[in-house]
Amino acid sequence: MRLLQSTQMRRVLGLGPALGIIGFFMVVPIAIIIVFSFMKSNPYGGVNPEFSLEAYKQFLFERNLMDELVFNAAYLRIFGRSFLLAIGTTALCLLIGFPTAYYMSRQPARRKNLMVFLVTIPFWTNLLIRAYCWILLLRDTGIINNYLIKWGIIDEPLTMLYTNFAIFLGLVYTHIPFMVLPIYARVEKLDFNLLEAAHDLYASRQQLMRHVILPLAAPGIIAGSLLVFVPCLGDFIIPNLLGGGKHLMIGSLIQLQFGGSRNWPFGSAAALILMSFVLIAMMIYVWGPGRKMKPEGDA
Amino acid sequence: MPKPAIEIKNVTKIFQGHTGHPVTALDHVSLTIEDNEFFTLLGPSGCGKTTLLRLIAGFEYPTQGEIVLFGDSIRGLPPQQRPVNTVFQHYALFPHMTVAENVGFPLKMQGQRPDEMTRTAARMLDLVKMADFGDRMPDQLSGGQQQRVALARALAPQPKVLLLDEPLSALDLKLRQEMRVELKNLQRQTGITFVFVTHDQVEALTMSDRIAVMSMGRLQQEGTPIAIYEQPVNRFVADFIGETNFIQSTIAGIENSGARCTIGPGTTLGTGATADKGKGDAVTLAIRPEKIRLVKSDGAADGLQGRVAECIYTGTDTNYQVELENSDVRLVVRGRNAITGETLFKVGETVVLNVAEGAARILAD
Amino acid sequence: MRSSTTSGPNPAGEKQFVIGRFPGFAATSWIFLLYLYIPIFLLIIFSFNASHSATIWHGFSLEWYLKAFGNDDVQRAAVNSLIVAFIATVVATVVAVFAALILARGGRFRGRGLSYGILMLPMTMPEIVTAVATLSFFTAIKLDIGLGRVVIAHTVFCIPFAFLPIRARLQGMDTTLEQAAQDLYANEWQTFRYVTLPLLMPGIISGAMLSFIISIDDFIITLMVAPAGSTTLPLYIYGMVRMGVTPEVNALSTVMLAISLVFVSTSYLIGRKKQAGTANQ
Repeated sequence: MRLLQSTQMRRVLGLGPALGIIGFFMVVPIAIIIVFSFMKSNPYGGVNPEFSLEAYKQFLFERNLMDELVFNAAYLRIFGRSFLLAIGTTALCLLIGFPTAYYMSRQPARRKNLMVFLVTIPFWTNLLIRAYCWILLLRDTGIINNYLIKWGIIDEPLTMLYTNFAIFLGLVYTHIPFMVLPIYARVEKLDFNLLEAAHDLYASRQQLMRHVILPLAAPGIIAGSLLVFVPCLGDFIIPNLLGGGKHLMIGSLIQLQFGGSRNWPFGSAAALILMSFVLIAMMIYVWGPGRKMKPEGDA
Repeated sequence: MPKPAIEIKNVTKIFQGHTGHPVTALDHVSLTIEDNEFFTLLGPSGCGKTTLLRLIAGFEYPTQGEIVLFGDSIRGLPPQQRPVNTVFQHYALFPHMTVAENVGFPLKMQGQRPDEMTRTAARMLDLVKMADFGDRMPDQLSGGQQQRVALARALAPQPKVLLLDEPLSALDLKLRQEMRVELKNLQRQTGITFVFVTHDQVEALTMSDRIAVMSMGRLQQEGTPIAIYEQPVNRFVADFIGETNFIQSTIAGIENSGARCTIGPGTTLGTGATADKGKGDAVTLAIRPEKIRLVKSDGAADGLQGRVAECIYTGTDTNYQVELENSDVRLVVRGRNAITGETLFKVGETVVLNVAEGAARILAD
Repeated sequence: MRSSTTSGPNPAGEKQFVIGRFPGFAATSWIFLLYLYIPIFLLIIFSFNASHSATIWHGFSLEWYLKAFGNDDVQRAAVNSLIVAFIATVVATVVAVFAALILARGGRFRGRGLSYGILMLPMTMPEIVTAVATLSFFTAIKLDIGLGRVVIAHTVFCIPFAFLPIRARLQGMDTTLEQAAQDLYANEWQTFRYVTLPLLMPGIISGAMLSFIISIDDFIITLMVAPAGSTTLPLYIYGMVRMGVTPEVNALSTVMLAISLVFVSTSYLIGRKKQAGTANQ
């Protein structure tokens, strides 16, 4: 009994500080924005403590001059655009990331380590700076346009920055390591004998890929897709810098409500909706088909 | 005349080693494996036996030479186009498929209809006594069971040749002995040519119709188990298979049946054959320990005399180390133990060694 | 039944079927790496450009580095960044070590899964959500402690980054070494002090380094919670980028890249260093 108490005590003391910090400064704040989302906005910042569903209504309706609710698709469009961009980014990341992860895993040990390292570095470098690199390249007076004009290939600068294309390019660029690494962690563990066995048992290259490699890499693919999709959906820097704030995504919409627009309840509601998308995605991942085979690869 | 199952024609395989130096895994190996034969490639690790197996399977390609399967060259054919299947050392069962799906896999790849596939898979599982395990996942099976599934899977597409890469090495002793018998039976039942790779001489001797002994990428000897054991052609084969006494000697004279070799001052031994050696040549003699019989010495000096230097009791037998009289040669002699359970001779006893006619062999190298 | 190739000499250049190789995969990989690195290399190159133009090459110069380092605002922002990163890293790493010891070694208990989930929460939550939630919280409790707000927010999201490498190290550790220590009369504290902790050290250093970079690099959360006067380097750079592309931004960005690179490489090398009692990888 005493032993039980002491291990119990140790668990509390050991986990207490970490859970306390995260609990108090993360879980409580989330509870607070839940409360905020049901209040009225204060035009000078913050909220007025009165119950209201205004924030949620605002997603679909706006009040006209006669104070009537009329349908307004502007925010739906922003959500739609965010989803499309996030899905598109995930798909392109997968298309590039899978072959890369697989190819990396088949390299000799030294080159393999080097390639993993090369993919990991951008993962740990400043997102802002990586977005800035593309501004440098894509601007009307950027490196690409300047040199294309200098070499006489074009006369007028191509408009590349502040377009959906730029956002897409930037999203793929900043998120693709999240796709490569979990897939790599899976396929790297693939027993080479399995490939030989499949060929030995008459599988063609395509059949080997479809029936053996892809199913075994599936948990990595699912994890990678989530790791790309979730942050993409809420991304703020890329649409802000490369989209120039013209092409809003959910993340920028939320940020705006706490910044210039000063509608905290609406911002809170938008944040909660984003959060629930993420939770749904996580639940699919945890309780869905990939359950048994979580990726072990930590970044 | 039926075509041989596999002809290995002068095959060489050179790998690029880790340090960048080429490593010769197979050095001009030629072999013929007959149809419906249980053929074993035997040798220590690194002798090239697994490489040869992988060349037949199509996982690697020869640097030189050619492999012919039932009269057709299979040069350049990828593994999925060879009517040859492998049982891998660690089985390589697909972890994400059930046992039945694993066994059905090759059939699915060959485009069999699902119902036909299920039937064949069930029949194969029945054949290896795993009929009740079709729905299990591979990681729910014991090593022996995984082994059986791997066998069923490799046999399911009815290959012309089954390649087995040390399939018993991961099993414990009891199971291994059981599987030896079963593998042999399976080969007889199916009539498929088995090519079996092992480093275990007992496995090789008990199961094979014929054995090829390999070392350092070269074929050392090819023959039936009895021929390999009784007439090893060189020191490596004699040493690797069973236990052997090696004696440095010179030929004192040629007799009608063989040679007479000097093994000490005034002591000679008759051999079965001369191996193309002549009088005065230095040779190595090989004698199996069980081919020598010890008798108590009655003082009269006739035959080979010696003194027991060491007694090692092994249950059914006792291994004696006998020092020959007038010579520094020490021979290992194996003697059956008496029914009383005692060793027949004691350390220090003087004994006479009776060597059976032809038991001593002159080695070719 | 099977096709067969004709016999004859085997020319060295003959195309052979290579198991596990798929056409196009190699090209995709190398193009991917180029895509990943060309923009970064261009940024670095142009940070040494001897011209006001940030995007046309005129010659080599360190002018922009000198200018950036000489800027008072940059210096203040850098000091703020370092203070925040240092405190957040130390606190996060210490609490992560204890949490990891309990979660990796403390056996099974109720709430273990939940504890793990909460620890990972800052990593799984979209940053913008964390950012606005933290801002709302600080406003609601009227917490007005200047840079302290940034320190608290950073500590929270650094915890999982410190935790993961430490836990990975613990999981790879062979418990027989600890058993051996106890067999050799070490008490619990001594076992921890002389066996567990030294073996765990690479994981701790690795976790601390990652926390440090994550903190130094953070932008979104800092943007939301930092009160006026508590600018960090990324916030400063963001402000400059919004004003326009200047070579000075290139120089500052390159410095930040270099810091990240040094830290990741060190963390990676330490993490890779094999020690007795640790499983491969």
